[in-house]
Amino acid sequence: MTIVWHELKQNRTSLVVWTAAIGFLLAVCIFMFPEMEGQMDGMDEIFSSMGSFTEAFGMDQVSFGTLTGFYSVECGNILGLGGAFFTSLTAAAILSKEEKDHTAEFLLTQPVSRFRIVTEKLAAVMVQVIILNMVVFIISISSVRAIGESVPWKEICLLHFAYFLLQIELAGICFGISAFLRQGSIGTGLGIAAVMYFLNLIANISDRAGFLKYVTPFGYAEGADIVANLCLEQMPVITGMTLAAAGILAGYVKYCRKDILS
Amino acid sequence: MYAVETKGLTKFYGKSRGIADLDLSISEGEFFGFIGPNGAGKSTTIRTLLGLIKPCGGNAKIFGKDILTEKEAILSETGYLPSEAIFYSGMKVKEVIKFSASLKKADCSKEAECLCERLKLDVSKKVRELSFGNRKKVAIVCALQSRPRLCILDEPTSGLDPLIQREFFSILKERHASGATIFLSSHILSEIQRNCTRAAIIREGKIIAAGSVEELSKNNAKRVQIQGMADISPLSGVRDLKKTEDGASFLYGGGISELLTFLSKQKISDLTISEPDLEEIFLHYYLDGGNGK
Repeated sequence: MTIVWHELKQNRTSLVVWTAAIGFLLAVCIFMFPEMEGQMDGMDEIFSSMGSFTEAFGMDQVSFGTLTGFYSVECGNILGLGGAFFTSLTAAAILSKEEKDHTAEFLLTQPVSRFRIVTEKLAAVMVQVIILNMVVFIISISSVRAIGESVPWKEICLLHFAYFLLQIELAGICFGISAFLRQGSIGTGLGIAAVMYFLNLIANISDRAGFLKYVTPFGYAEGADIVANLCLEQMPVITGMTLAAAGILAGYVKYCRKDILS
Repeated sequence: MYAVETKGLTKFYGKSRGIADLDLSISEGEFFGFIGPNGAGKSTTIRTLLGLIKPCGGNAKIFGKDILTEKEAILSETGYLPSEAIFYSGMKVKEVIKFSASLKKADCSKEAECLCERLKLDVSKKVRELSFGNRKKVAIVCALQSRPRLCILDEPTSGLDPLIQREFFSILKERHASGATIFLSSHILSEIQRNCTRAAIIREGKIIAAGSVEELSKNNAKRVQIQGMADISPLSGVRDLKKTEDGASFLYGGGISELLTFLSKQKISDLTISEPDLEEIFLHYYLDGGNGK
């Protein structure tokens, strides 16, 4: 656990800032809902007739006049995108930063196996993802209660669970990539999260690009689909978790054999 | 038992050579010097022994344990001081030292405190506030606080002021006296000559000479200084010839009687024959291809 604690301490500022930012924006969105609810009577029609833009964000499936509809689109984008960026950045840097910052020589000459180092670093990423999601979930529920709405438990739990799975998938993929990197983890992390997000928008717009839903975790974490169907699609989730496992496995294999150059 | 033993240890980075067929034996309890200029393969040897890089061929053992399969056990008995000491910049010195000890699963607080006091290291400072020399002190404490059986030191004195260098070597001598093996890699030859009992010279990834520092220094060659007019070109076994206004100085690797017979026929007014220092021997190995013994 020594390395887990060390990593949590090293990354605490980033975790606090990202958690606070996502939680704050979610709370602001939720507090805006009562005001927007009354203005939504005519807006639903407008939102649902914006062609590709409507489809891209799933606004043709849900009503902005309901808390679940509003939450799935607005809050979904905040937590989905924010969580994806934080997770990808953290996971892509977790192994590569030791070489980038030249601390690998110190860490890897301690009597600790590389397997244990990789395991504890992976655990540190997962713990941070869990902390971020738990805090954000609590902020969300508290905010919904604060505006006097009853909590739509099933929808909110499913949405948050989907975003959690999305982050786990990105964490697994970026963790694997991190083992191959010596530099450039920030660009890689941000790039992967952004590409995955836009692939989902493309999949929403074009039927021919529908297969992309299986490529990007944003496919099964599409808030509008989840609220409309009240379930997660199994196949994309299984595909995503397999990708995450493959990424983690690649990370172990590469890092345990890697030459650490000065 | 050998503290360090390598047989045919080879490491190539792609096509470029790191070390090739390196054979090295260091007995337990030795104060061993490892000499070579930049790029000769000193750091590659050390990094291979510590498991940071994997060898392409050959094998190596530390205290009889294989470097590939028993790395953890080896590292728990080894303290490593890298040539460039870099730590997590946001951490305080005491946190780095404690982190290193906790990874070793040892309570080294008393030893660490003692080392910090002797090296005059302020543990309350953040690593990012430290100079190169002070970072080196942190690395020394991290390497030595667990009282390892083997200390591997790569260019240990760079950045340290002379007083701290003296204190550092006095710590090393104490450790050596209490049975620790010291593996000192350096290109500061006086350091090796003053402190080590045995040494090896590495050149282009291969050990070109190994033995006691005394033997290496003797090594047949003598430093000869003459005053007067002498044409020494017919004399064989002459290296590192330096002509001066009133004479010449050279390393001589041939027989002394031949030298005296030859010089007796020359017009010289003074003659000095002395043991060359390690630096001269080192240059001799490097400049002459390392074949002249």
